Amino acid sequence: MAVFPWHSRNRNYKAEFASCRLEAVPLEFGDYHPLKPITVTESKTKKVNRKGSTSSTSSSSSSSVVDPLSSVLDGTDPLSMFAATADPAALAAAMDSSRRKRDRDDNSVVGSDFEPWTNKRGEILARYTTTEKLSINLFMGSEKGKAGTATLAMSEKVRTRLEELDDFEEGSQKELLNLTQQDYVNRIEELNQSLKDAWASDQKVKALKIVIQCSKLLSDTSVIQFYPSKFVLITDILDTFGKLVYERIFSMCVDSRSVLPDHFSPENANDTAKETCLNWFFKIASIRELIPRFYVEASILKCNKFLSKTGISECLPRLTCMIRGIGDPLVSVYARAYLCRVGMEVAPHLKETLNKNFFDFLLTFKQIHGDTVQNQLVVQGVELPSYLPLYPPAMDWIFQCISYHAPEALLTEMMERCKKLGNNALLLNSVMSAFRAEFIATRSMDFIGMIKECDESGFPKHLLFRSLGLNLALADPPESDRLQILNEAWKVITKLKNPQDYINCAEVWVEYTCKHFTKREVNTVLADVIKHMTPDRAFEDSYPQLQLIIKKVIAHFHDFSVLFSVEKFLPFLDMFQKESVRVEVCKCIMDAFIKHQQEPTKDPVILNALLHVCKTMHDSVNALTLEDEKRMLSYLINGFIKMVSFGRDFEQQLSFYVESRSMFCNLEPVLVQLIHACVAYCFITIPSLAGIFTRLNLYLHSGQVALANQCLSQADAFFKAAISLVPEVPKMINIDGKMRPSESFLLEFLCNFFSTLLIVPDHPEHGVLFLVRELLNVIQDYTWEDNSDEKIRIYTCVLHLLSAMSQETYLYHIDKVDSNDSLYGGDSKFLAENNKLCETVMAQILEHLKTLAKDEALKRQSSLGLSFFNSILAHGDLRNNKLNQLSVNLWHLAQRHGCADTRTMVKTLEYIKKQSKQPDMTHLTELALRLPLQTRT
Amino acid sequence: MGTALDIKIKRANKVYHAGEVLSGVVVISSKDSVQHQGVSLTMEGTVNLQLSAKSVGVFEAFYNSVKPIQIINSTIEMVKPGKFPSGKTEIPFEFPLHLKGNKVLYETYHGVFVNIQYTLRCDMKRSLLAKDLTKTCEFIVHSAKGKFTPSPVDFTITPETLQNVKERALLPKFLLRGHLNSTNCVITQPLTGELVVESSEAAIRSVELQLVRVETCGCAEGYARDATEIQNIQIADGDVCRGLSVPIYMVFPRLFTCPTLETTNFKVEFEVNIVVLLHPDHLITENFPLKLCRI
Repeated sequence: MAVFPWHSRNRNYKAEFASCRLEAVPLEFGDYHPLKPITVTESKTKKVNRKGSTSSTSSSSSSSVVDPLSSVLDGTDPLSMFAATADPAALAAAMDSSRRKRDRDDNSVVGSDFEPWTNKRGEILARYTTTEKLSINLFMGSEKGKAGTATLAMSEKVRTRLEELDDFEEGSQKELLNLTQQDYVNRIEELNQSLKDAWASDQKVKALKIVIQCSKLLSDTSVIQFYPSKFVLITDILDTFGKLVYERIFSMCVDSRSVLPDHFSPENANDTAKETCLNWFFKIASIRELIPRFYVEASILKCNKFLSKTGISECLPRLTCMIRGIGDPLVSVYARAYLCRVGMEVAPHLKETLNKNFFDFLLTFKQIHGDTVQNQLVVQGVELPSYLPLYPPAMDWIFQCISYHAPEALLTEMMERCKKLGNNALLLNSVMSAFRAEFIATRSMDFIGMIKECDESGFPKHLLFRSLGLNLALADPPESDRLQILNEAWKVITKLKNPQDYINCAEVWVEYTCKHFTKREVNTVLADVIKHMTPDRAFEDSYPQLQLIIKKVIAHFHDFSVLFSVEKFLPFLDMFQKESVRVEVCKCIMDAFIKHQQEPTKDPVILNALLHVCKTMHDSVNALTLEDEKRMLSYLINGFIKMVSFGRDFEQQLSFYVESRSMFCNLEPVLVQLIHACVAYCFITIPSLAGIFTRLNLYLHSGQVALANQCLSQADAFFKAAISLVPEVPKMINIDGKMRPSESFLLEFLCNFFSTLLIVPDHPEHGVLFLVRELLNVIQDYTWEDNSDEKIRIYTCVLHLLSAMSQETYLYHIDKVDSNDSLYGGDSKFLAENNKLCETVMAQILEHLKTLAKDEALKRQSSLGLSFFNSILAHGDLRNNKLNQLSVNLWHLAQRHGCADTRTMVKTLEYIKKQSKQPDMTHLTELALRLPLQTRT
Repeated sequence: MGTALDIKIKRANKVYHAGEVLSGVVVISSKDSVQHQGVSLTMEGTVNLQLSAKSVGVFEAFYNSVKPIQIINSTIEMVKPGKFPSGKTEIPFEFPLHLKGNKVLYETYHGVFVNIQYTLRCDMKRSLLAKDLTKTCEFIVHSAKGKFTPSPVDFTITPETLQNVKERALLPKFLLRGHLNSTNCVITQPLTGELVVESSEAAIRSVELQLVRVETCGCAEGYARDATEIQNIQIADGDVCRGLSVPIYMVFPRLFTCPTLETTNFKVEFEVNIVVLLHPDHLITENFPLKLCRI
């Protein structure tokens, strides 16, 4: 038998739809109509007379832009999370520190365990602020023509330089008054920039002047609270300067032949470089004022490397001594800090200088309590307890430099020296913050004793306890002392009146408590915090600290059932009354839960608490919430939902999902997660059912639901399950107590299935139309009744499906699911595959028709032939000659033995004639002529 | 267009001593070839003396400035009239620093009334239409090595030790002790010492080291002696800790100082003042003559 190729007709579904529709009849005004009161002047009845159009688009409800299957990607991606947490300043600091690290590599004495200055920098700037007006007293260099100067002719260059020198004379000094702190910072930043500009445009003199003027600012102690921050800002400029000078001289030593190695010796430096270097030192040595001279020389300390091997080791002690000339103890301690900082960077092996700085400092320590300082404080209206805390940043730094990798003996000696001095709270504090935590921890009890002895009026005690707490968080005290330490410390802490002081202290000690004690002690501590922070809503000012407490607690309690059994934990959460903070806290908790919860849980305590937490997060979502934020929240809530499992108790599980759905209805990814969960639930529940058709239909429905929710892989799974279930359909099934053949049911199901398959997109890893192929295989292998044509009817339906699939645009779609039409975009290979399938199916049909050529089967042959004819008429392209011929043959076959119903034949012919009147269908006229009607004779 | 003339001295620091050979190159760079009437190089060393207005009056100071004393002067013709090719031409030169007779090569010194300066001048004569080109370049002479003997000085300053006090009773009580490691100083080494504020009723505002030059010029009318400040270096700022020694440390600036010099026509000497400023407005000065030398 000849193989008939299949050519499907191109369909214009819209046009067909319109033509099939009933015409709307306008209703006259007075006419009666039962629906009139509610009305509508126009009524349209929609009726689609098409086979296989069972609607599966109806339940498309949820829609989301992101692929719901990729829930892994649901949270914010690591990059944007990183970007979110790291503010530019921190980033810059990180870069800065990495640069430093590189710089430091050449003298590996300082390892990565040395906390670099850059870490302290931000802290100091944030902590030492002022609302008072500041002033800058310095020259205002001429700002003109900076960019152009590099290209100026020689004579002009000289002239501008001379002008500049004029500008910098005493007369042109200006005082900027009444600056706010921010203005001040901006000014300093401007100076930093103009330093770089001046350097870049080869105005070295101007650069030096700027640096001198800046360092002069450090001798000014008005608005003393701001001094530490001022120090940070200005030493930044000094660092810049030092680097510029060093790099310039270094570059002078680099000629075309050789590059100076990192560990160069002075002999390698050429004469010009040495001369330039000397010039700098001579220039600096003639700076009139002590403080600028000190700072500028210290800033280019590294340049001594060009002059002599011992330069740095000679310079450092001299500079250390020079600081003795600084009368103000605060200014001098910061100068020491700067020297130590430069020393650590340039020559970390020279420990002697550091020690000398320390002991010199101890010698001048009594000045802090001297008359000059006291008078100054009175003038500025600053109390001693707020003056003393200006010292720690510098002292801590000095102490840290000394104690870095220092032998135990030195530390002990330092301790002893500090102990001997009166009013030593300040020293004690710096010892605690700078020395190795282990050193402090082992002597905790001693320290507590010393702290207790300290003078009440001086350095605030809560700061001392805070420092001690910080050490204990890092290192463990002896086992035997632990409880006593906590008791002693907490006894003092709980007595602190000021909530701010209290919380700053308590926050630190929570870590220690969590680390070494059980939930009982933690509970007590939390209760105490609640007690202190609740009056006058003190917690409102301390959210950051309270947040830290929560973070520390959850960092130590990974078992959430234990965590939530800490009675005061939830009441503690209630203190976060500002929504943004509360959500932050909730996020932390959920984050920890996702990270630490290994096993799925059904613990009602955890579930209740976390549902509450999640609800808080969810309720914070509003129209203004950012997309990223929503994604983050959804990720966290999803993480929680995934961890909830009631094992075999599906009802409970389902009811949990229902509850979750009602709670988290605003977050799409969460709903998607729930649908996933429910779909999964369906998938595992369906096999437990008995009725085979119930199962098949449920698979189909679940698949459709999954598809409607863009759960593509789940949908595939359902459909595959359905396909593999088909062979198990028994020939007879019991319906209402009677055994009936199942074939008609199967036919119905399969037709339904086909119409769904139309819109199921192909899996990228399987072949084209794999579901259809698999289904065809199953149908092929199924054992059909001997005398039934169901198989052929099904094949006819498959033909319809395949024709529909070869259309450019499908008849229907699911919102947001790309079906094969848009996936393949009418690709010719796809169409070829499709047509090949059609051919196979047609061959099967024709084969079957042939077997029916026996007497008893003639009637069946006729009706099947006619139905096939109709199918070709409806879906095939009859302009194709072979197909045309086939249809004519089928027409004859249907009538051959007089088994055909004449009326049907007449109607069919009429239909063909009617269709032929439409444009594009004129070829049907010709066909109609070739189809004779046989009279029954 | 331009023809550039430059002198490059071989030593980066441009420092030479008597008897050494001053060497370098003259660089002529031009885009086009240069026609010239000869290039000559002159080395000159002079002492310029200026009478101060204070000692002889304004007009005399202006007109009567003493004739410069020439220490050394020699000229060589480097290139005969001709033509330089385009591009860069380097012409090396050498000058022996030898003196005739009993003249001495004084050390370079830039002062107020006394200036000792050494220059190299390169002249390129050109035809009438083009201007002659000149380039001058200073080089530095360090005098011969002298002898150095340390001479430490200890000092104590109290209200009683002061001279020139109007009302001694109004002075607050104080006691400053200190020492200079040597008042004979090597010019390349800093002035060092220590200062201890043992006690002081009034707060200290500042302690400074004032370096002073004392220049004496002899002339027809007699001689003029003037002391002027070279530099002022603060060694203590604010009320320093009592009983703790503060270092005295001062680098002698180059060019502005030279080994103490005494000739028939002029003298250059140096002194240092330790200046202590007390609150509210007391100024205490202690003077130490210095003798600088080079070793």
